[in-house]
Amino acid sequence: MRVEEKQTTVDRETGSQTIGRSFEKVCEILDHHQRNPAMLIPILQAVQAEYRYLPKEALAYVATSLGLPPARVFGVATFYAHFALSPKGKYVIHVCDGTACHVKNSQGLVDAIRKRLGLSEDKHTTDDMLFTVETVSCVGACGLAPVAVINEAVHRQVSPQAGVAAIEKILESEEQA
Amino acid sequence: MTTTAKTPTEILADAEAAHRAVAGAVERRIIICAGTGCVAGGALAVRDAFAAKLDTLGLRVTIALEYESPAAADVYLSKSGCQGFCQMGPLVTIEPEGVLYTKVQAEDVAEIVQTTLMGGDVVERLLYVDPRKREHCRSKDDIPFYQRQERTALKECGSLDPEDIREYIALGGYHGARRALCEMTPEEICAEVLRSGLRGRGGGGFPTGRKWELTRVQPGHEKYVICNGDEGDPGAFMDRSLMEGNPHAVIEGMLIAARAVGARTGYVYVRMEYPLAVKRLRRAVDDAHRFGVLGADILGSGFDFELKIMEGAGAFVCGEETALIASVEGKRGMPMPKPPFPAQSGLRGKPTVINNVETLAAIPLILRTGAEAYRARGTANSPGTKTFALTGHVANTGLIEVPFGATLNEIVYEIGGGVTDNAGRITDRPFKAVQIGGPSGGCLVGEHADLPLDFDSLGSVGAMVGSGGLVVMNDTTCMVSVARFFMQFAQNESCGKCVLCREGTRQMLALLDEIIAGDADETTLTVLEQTAQAVKTGSLCGLGKTAPNPVLSTLHYFKEEYEAHVFDKRCPVGACKALTPPVILAEKCIGCGLCVRKCPVKAIAGEKKQPHVIDHQTCVKCGVCLDACKFGAIVQGVAV
Amino acid sequence: MKNGIEQPIAETMFVDGRELPIEGERNVLEIARKAGIDIPTFCYHSELSVYGACRLCLVEVEGRGVQASCSVAPEPGLRVKTNTRQVRDIRKISIELLLANHDMNCPTCVRSASCRLRELSERMGIEKLRYKAVHTPREIDRSAAALVRDPNKCVLCGDCVRACHEIQGVGAIDFAFRGAASAVVPAFCHNLDAVECVNCGLCATVCPTGALTPKPEIDSVWKDLDDPDTVVVAQMAPAVRVGLGEYFGMPAGTITTGEAVAALKAIGFDKVYDTAFTADMTVLEEGEEFLARFAGGGRLPLFTSCCPAWVKYAEQYHHELLPHLSSCKSPQQMFGTVARRVLPNHIPLDGKRLVVVAVMPCTAKKYEAKQEKFITDGQPDVDHVITTAELGLMLRQVGLKLDGLEPQSFDMPLGFKSGAGVIFGVSGGVTEAVLRYAVEKVHGAPPADVTFHEVRGEAGLREAAIQVDDVELRVAIVQGLANVRAIADQIRDGNCPYHLVEVMSCPGGCVCGAGQPHTFNPAARRLRTRAIYNSDKTLEFHKAQDNPELQRCYAEHFGEAGSHAAHQALHTAYRQRRRLHEIDLSVGSNGTADRVRVRVCVGTGCFLNGSQELLRQLIGHVERNGLEQRVAVSATFCMENCGHGANVSVNDTPIERCSLEDVCAAIETALASPPAAVPQL
Repeated sequence: MRVEEKQTTVDRETGSQTIGRSFEKVCEILDHHQRNPAMLIPILQAVQAEYRYLPKEALAYVATSLGLPPARVFGVATFYAHFALSPKGKYVIHVCDGTACHVKNSQGLVDAIRKRLGLSEDKHTTDDMLFTVETVSCVGACGLAPVAVINEAVHRQVSPQAGVAAIEKILESEEQA
Repeated sequence: MTTTAKTPTEILADAEAAHRAVAGAVERRIIICAGTGCVAGGALAVRDAFAAKLDTLGLRVTIALEYESPAAADVYLSKSGCQGFCQMGPLVTIEPEGVLYTKVQAEDVAEIVQTTLMGGDVVERLLYVDPRKREHCRSKDDIPFYQRQERTALKECGSLDPEDIREYIALGGYHGARRALCEMTPEEICAEVLRSGLRGRGGGGFPTGRKWELTRVQPGHEKYVICNGDEGDPGAFMDRSLMEGNPHAVIEGMLIAARAVGARTGYVYVRMEYPLAVKRLRRAVDDAHRFGVLGADILGSGFDFELKIMEGAGAFVCGEETALIASVEGKRGMPMPKPPFPAQSGLRGKPTVINNVETLAAIPLILRTGAEAYRARGTANSPGTKTFALTGHVANTGLIEVPFGATLNEIVYEIGGGVTDNAGRITDRPFKAVQIGGPSGGCLVGEHADLPLDFDSLGSVGAMVGSGGLVVMNDTTCMVSVARFFMQFAQNESCGKCVLCREGTRQMLALLDEIIAGDADETTLTVLEQTAQAVKTGSLCGLGKTAPNPVLSTLHYFKEEYEAHVFDKRCPVGACKALTPPVILAEKCIGCGLCVRKCPVKAIAGEKKQPHVIDHQTCVKCGVCLDACKFGAIVQGVAV
Repeated sequence: MKNGIEQPIAETMFVDGRELPIEGERNVLEIARKAGIDIPTFCYHSELSVYGACRLCLVEVEGRGVQASCSVAPEPGLRVKTNTRQVRDIRKISIELLLANHDMNCPTCVRSASCRLRELSERMGIEKLRYKAVHTPREIDRSAAALVRDPNKCVLCGDCVRACHEIQGVGAIDFAFRGAASAVVPAFCHNLDAVECVNCGLCATVCPTGALTPKPEIDSVWKDLDDPDTVVVAQMAPAVRVGLGEYFGMPAGTITTGEAVAALKAIGFDKVYDTAFTADMTVLEEGEEFLARFAGGGRLPLFTSCCPAWVKYAEQYHHELLPHLSSCKSPQQMFGTVARRVLPNHIPLDGKRLVVVAVMPCTAKKYEAKQEKFITDGQPDVDHVITTAELGLMLRQVGLKLDGLEPQSFDMPLGFKSGAGVIFGVSGGVTEAVLRYAVEKVHGAPPADVTFHEVRGEAGLREAAIQVDDVELRVAIVQGLANVRAIADQIRDGNCPYHLVEVMSCPGGCVCGAGQPHTFNPAARRLRTRAIYNSDKTLEFHKAQDNPELQRCYAEHFGEAGSHAAHQALHTAYRQRRRLHEIDLSVGSNGTADRVRVRVCVGTGCFLNGSQELLRQLIGHVERNGLEQRVAVSATFCMENCGHGANVSVNDTPIERCSLEDVCAAIETALASPPAAVPQL
């Protein structure tokens, strides 16, 4: 019975993923791109869309499949800002730190959000894997500065208070769920 | 070719006729701006509200013109690309009246339908009010923000449905491509573009026609055209708006470029941060294929061209041509030394022409109306118009388009509506600086207010058109901090390949930090300037070569501000915390005495229940009191 | 012009006002260097791609401003200035910037004396750093047998990355991260011994600083030399005799055989032997193996196996080539075996421990000697491997100068060799040595000329056809592992024309191994090569089969060349190796404890044999039967059994050529038996 319990915890960690689904998907992604090494970046983008980050095992598999040295694939994965080598939270908050947002106090917004979530410049994801907070160089919505993007949704003219409020709202909805 | 095949002109004429027939059958059109700004403001909810409201009234609504089986519709609820006036969004235009409503929310829809659609009257409270004249503006033509612009590249962005290729064709689209493919030789196309004087909008201003000609004359059949949509300048979104609002103009430009240089394959490299642009471009490519303006034997000309969309993965340096090529090849986006230039050896070692989005979007117009007509706008050496992203301390932020030669005064005061204070109110105080060209550019100051802006005049004052970001800064802005901000950006985005950029930007950042922290001495400024010059001259790629520009430019125009930081340990505008003691706001202080107890150097004094005061001689600016105060009565590092 | 033939007037350009001819140079940098102007660089190597990162080679080009001279093509009439105020200032700032981010423990750096950063700092006259020190210490990777990777010394010039990728086709290290965080690392920041590095050391050869260096074994050699209960013998590889002199400032290609022997004796070696003796032995063994396959329709081409970097490369990337590899041990390892068999008859050991030290031009030899298969009962056949440079350092440690030593002869019997053994030191040498044996055997009489110019040369892939009576022997010589691929492809496609293929990982062969004093340029390579061929000429015998000591050794210990006894002692076997360690792709939930562990290999070989489909079916089977809680399925990258895919393991029991039925049956059996304890790895 003890064993049973242990397994249940393990399975909760992997969420609703059914066995093998991700691997199938990686194969599909590779096949879709004809296992062409020049398509490495779209392949990694698709793999990340599947896993929400790039597990090194998947990177190694991609490298082997494309006939590329794993070090080269690792180099590409660590070069581009959008690739993540560790899992991100359920809610990914991108605070824009472009010029327009910066002159309208995006730093204050970042500081406030980080403070609320106990994060820092070096620690981006909360321990409960609920939030990841990152700054991005520009989301191209300068007319709305300062801007924060929570998952896909763009929030405009976000004051530090409004940013924290948005977080409280998510936390509330998460607690109810 | 069979005798029944249509001529290119007929193909396009048919599309145009189809559009006119279908669009003409719909009485009304409600155009909802679906640029990123308006969507963030709730434009989609507004659209849904319109659909629901019209439905309850029994009106037949269509959200896309149906060509194959035209269903009768009363209202065409269409979405447009970014109309530029982002600050006033969501924007809703009612045609045929041309009424423009601003800041529309879903709750306003019922009233709009009732008053305007049914009653033929306007909802005054939703009209834009010209703050100068305090008058309501009924349509775009009445709004100074639009009046002073000359929108050519952006003209269609605010009206046409970016997902309807036939509407694009009806407005003259693909006629330039038809001319290029069916009536001109590649040599003639290059010559025409060269004659138009079009210069690359991505920053450097290299003549596009010459770039094409260099690629055209290269031997070999395998050549490529790449559209550089990796707009990474923090504070610019012209390319985003073009790709979202008029994707076919970009595709047509690429098609013409491909024909001119002899390329069969093209790539559009778009930032991943621009999901809507990616979506619309994909849709546009599919439609163009279906319509025979992409793929094999385009418009019966015998010319083949395939177009692929590639999403960037987040690296500013990929805006540099050779880095972009490396990225398309699936590598780290690190620049390569030039020569060889992409025109000689680019993607997969083949001749490649890379143009910026805005450059390509100007091409159809040039081919359609001719080089001379294009030259009619702008200045002699910088013909045509330029889009700018106007942001910062200015009343009207947004996307604008002006002919080259426009002045800062026109842009900031007439289009932008004037400088604002930190609370967003229009002030009479002049702008302190306008940063142009983002992290690669420099700043313009009061003395440049009447300088006609073009590639050459900007270069002569140490700035550059760059990507076209225009950030207006009021007199509370610390220019050392501005330089630091851009240097931080350059440091974050340095690819790390060449020593001068990788280590030089890091050290320049450290030097600026020293200045801001009050740790600098007389050698700091010398070393900063020498390093900046070395990085500018010696770096491998454009990112490194231009990264010192903000520093050099601010050092040039605001030397005394730097000196105040370094020698007087003082930030003249009070923005740098370490150089600015905290201040107690008398109106907020209740005299609780908590700060007095927390202050480690006993710099605060005051009677109980009376506003306290900080002794700036004793204060070490540690900031403990700021955290201690529960009433937000102590502030530091903001201009008071 | 020198040869007197009238040539058209050469095109010229101007460097610092001097008119210089353009003679096929790739860029202005090469022209300037030819003219004696030593423009500094970190990232330029004439045999690697142009990278343009170090920004030291900046010059002012008239009409174009400041440009990197490595990227400017020579053009007639071009005028460049290499010495302007601006250029000097930028170079100095570049070096200062690098120093500010450098581990400045120079006195304890092994490259202290030969570090280019240190040299340039001194040349630029840098007396103090005007920049903030921003270096953050990183861990030194000493995991590999052959190399030490010290990221604290790295200047990110990328020479190692390009050498590993472009010349060796391996790519074990590459750039990772971006901007100020950029680093050169093995995949996933693993240690070097957990990735596909073949230990060739080319990275260390091209590294301008101490970021990649051969792993020293000097201390353990001194320890054994100092130990009174040991008899320490040295074997010295052919290439050492033409490399050691450079360490002491002699011109490239100086032959210092006798001095080297004397030096080894002087620092305490009891006996000094020549690896060329066992190279001669290799010729006989490999020659016999070749002739047997040639005559008997065996698997051809035969690949040489002297280069341990090449052997590891084949084991990792080309399992299908392993049966083509000569089963001969390398001369180093043959020496280890022979020494332990033969020397007790010649040296009174008196119960002392025999210690065999190899002096090699090579880093991969360090790795080779430490392989399990060359260790018997805890005793390695070869105890320590030091490089030419390490020997030089040992001499300097005790204050010996090479040119001050009276030359001595090798000790007998294992110090006697023919020229065939000596030319093992150059690319093409093994081939030529084997031909000197095989041609005589095929022809039935000694050939008139033993020099085979056809196989000599500098190209990365050379081929030659040798006509012997009515037989044509077709050979290929490869240097640089990236050049192997073309031949591997031919073999796969069944159209490989060769009978014998020599592979050396280092361009130039062992004379330019990573253990030699630092040189990575064609000029020194040519001089060392010429010295080896000269050394052959001066010897009494040129064919291995003529070596009388070798004949005696065979007669006393191994019988005929190629005999069973010889095979037992002098040959070895190869195994497939995975490139990455410790990486499996879990395809179900995490946590494999208490479950049946099923691993399916999805490496290239197994993929071709349908392992991906098998994995899909297996997952379906597990799901259909509700076994997710009891069976953990993972995909792994290589089970080192590539030709026999699809490979699957169930609780670590391998199943090759596995079908869905096989694996299902195995799972059922495993489920029925009590849970096995997780084995200690």
